[in-house]
Amino acid sequence: MTNTLRLRAGLVSIVLLAAFLGVWHLATRSTGTTTTMSPEYAKLMGLTATQGKSAMPGPLDVGAKLWEHLKRPFYDNGPNDKGLGIQLAYSIARVGTGYLLAVLVAIPLGFLIGMSPLLSKALDPFIQVLKPISPLAWMPLALYTIKDSSISAIFVIFICSIWPMLLNTVFGVASVRKEWINVARTLEVGTVRRAFTVILPAAAPTILTGMRISIGIAWLVIVAAEMLVGGTGIGYFVWNEWNNLSITNVIIAILLIGVVGMLLDQILARFTRLVTFPE
Amino acid sequence: MSTFDNPFDPDRKLQAGCACGQHRSAAEHEQAAALRCEPTVSEEKRYEGVVASAVMRAMFPQDLARRAFLKSVGASTALAALSQFFPLKTATEVFAQAGAPEKKDLKVGFIPITCATPIIMAAPMGFYSKHGLNVEVVKTAGWAVIRDKTINKEYDAAHMLAPMPIAISLGLGANAIPFTVPAIENINGQGIVLASKHKDKRDPKDWKGLKFAIPFDYSMHNYLLRYYLAEHGIDPDTDLQLRSVPPPEMVANLRADNIDGFLAPDNICQRAIYDGVGFMHLLSKEIWDGHPCCSFAASREFITTAPNSFAALTRAIVDATAYASKAENRKQIAEAIAPANYINAPVTVLEQVLTGTYADGLGGVKTDAKRVDFDPFPWQSFAVWMLTQMKRWGQIKGDVDYKAVAEQVYLATDTKKLMTEMGLSPPASAYKSFAVMGKTFDPAKPEDYLASFKIRKSS
Repeated sequence: MTNTLRLRAGLVSIVLLAAFLGVWHLATRSTGTTTTMSPEYAKLMGLTATQGKSAMPGPLDVGAKLWEHLKRPFYDNGPNDKGLGIQLAYSIARVGTGYLLAVLVAIPLGFLIGMSPLLSKALDPFIQVLKPISPLAWMPLALYTIKDSSISAIFVIFICSIWPMLLNTVFGVASVRKEWINVARTLEVGTVRRAFTVILPAAAPTILTGMRISIGIAWLVIVAAEMLVGGTGIGYFVWNEWNNLSITNVIIAILLIGVVGMLLDQILARFTRLVTFPE
Repeated sequence: MSTFDNPFDPDRKLQAGCACGQHRSAAEHEQAAALRCEPTVSEEKRYEGVVASAVMRAMFPQDLARRAFLKSVGASTALAALSQFFPLKTATEVFAQAGAPEKKDLKVGFIPITCATPIIMAAPMGFYSKHGLNVEVVKTAGWAVIRDKTINKEYDAAHMLAPMPIAISLGLGANAIPFTVPAIENINGQGIVLASKHKDKRDPKDWKGLKFAIPFDYSMHNYLLRYYLAEHGIDPDTDLQLRSVPPPEMVANLRADNIDGFLAPDNICQRAIYDGVGFMHLLSKEIWDGHPCCSFAASREFITTAPNSFAALTRAIVDATAYASKAENRKQIAEAIAPANYINAPVTVLEQVLTGTYADGLGGVKTDAKRVDFDPFPWQSFAVWMLTQMKRWGQIKGDVDYKAVAEQVYLATDTKKLMTEMGLSPPASAYKSFAVMGKTFDPAKPEDYLASFKIRKSS
């Protein structure tokens, strides 16, 4: 039963994809009609002007270019031109560093706030104000004060991925069932031991959900941050190709950003499943 | 005299009329030559000349004796005799190296536009390594980022818009940090492009209510466009909209009908034409022939902490600029700077900009060899002009010590010394008068110039 459902779903997916590619191809076909121009003039003009080629690339252009990139993902032509593999590696390294720092801060802090109603009330206004700030709003401030662009990018990842983790940890810790804590109390379990053996396992699914939201945000932020500070990374690649008005390469980058984001999310989803327990 | 002229060239000024054939009279040629550099002999020859004449002078300190000796044996024989017992070649090499750089690995930031040509080409064409430096040229996302990264010392020096170092030194839109300009990157090299639908609106008087884009507030783009509009009776602050837009977005916005035109670096103008979305209304050189555009900038702190690195860097830039100023090298340069590592643009587009034979977007092919040109000398009168425009449009308020600021930021004296050492002939004065849209600017009377404009920001 589930097998046939999966099969049918897969079939629908393929049909949808084919329809999408078909429409895309037809919509971006070159018209072939342009105003007449002297050959001398035409030599100086681009394909859009001379052959009526659409400014938007079709799926075939993107496919050919993608294959070109995938054939040699790790080339290095100097500081401003590196293969897509290298660019993605830079981005993942930045996201990883910022995200791990956020984990190191958010989870202990979240525990503390969750276990202490006083701290929770006192810090709440700060968190509420800092949480909705857009990642890019931090960027100029970070560049100006940290005075190092790659650390600034990592800082922006850190500051944006910390809030969902922090709030989810607080929520998870605060909503551990009172009965379980009371049982631990009657058994005279110490605070530290109680935190690790009772609260942590009980709050783990919520904490991991927070971490999963955060990695998504971190990956969203890196592209914008790298577009701004430049140098390396997939965000820089997008900016560099945008500068060249190469929409084909921009589409390829978008595709790859989506795939990597999905993979990161899947990894965290797997972890979440590991710690989930039936009540 | 022009900067790259060879003072020992016997043919110089002997012909009647104009030497290069581009000007109607010798006087006109002289005037044009005073405005820009003309390339001549190779750097090696120049250095050799400098060293040889220094040795000659040392051996015959008295002018009369030296002349007598030269006359009796002839200059080339004297030179050959000299090199018999004095290692001229080695001396030249040592001389060209000058002091050993304190720091060899340098980072120089640039924005991917043709204005940065000397900075960029110096890397693939080996001008930095020739002067003993290992320079990494780093592409940067925008003018504000390049400003911050240079202030943060991530970059040792950078490509900046000519007015930017003045703005930074004055603390406009940044902390006040003393910045300097040892060399101008390029002269001319911008244009006003309009969307194809405005083909019939060639008179700026019809532009009321339109939307124009410029790359940055503290830029020649901004000042030239405002100047041009104001000369045609359009107040750029009230009659139309000026927006700060990054160059690639200008082309996209023009295609999307979101803006009506822009004043931008030539490669962006040419790209809009190449893609068939706009046409060239006019080149910025038609507003002011020989105007500065971008600069090569470094903080004063870098100069004091690494004077030899700074000198070597400036030499490399001046060398590259001299090479770029020769028309016959331009095609080769276009190919060198087109790859993704540098400007990342179609070679055809860059070639049209650098060679000056270009499609105008209206179906015609135009030729203007000086569409973009290269002359490194940082005229302090340029800085004074920019200050008058900053004041005119309300970017600076109150009194300005034009001369003091110009002389602090535009290092004409140091550059002159470096150029003389390199065997070039820089101009004697750092101030020159020039005309913008027919109106003469006297650098000695900036306030009078400023007062003569009808349209300016009321403050």
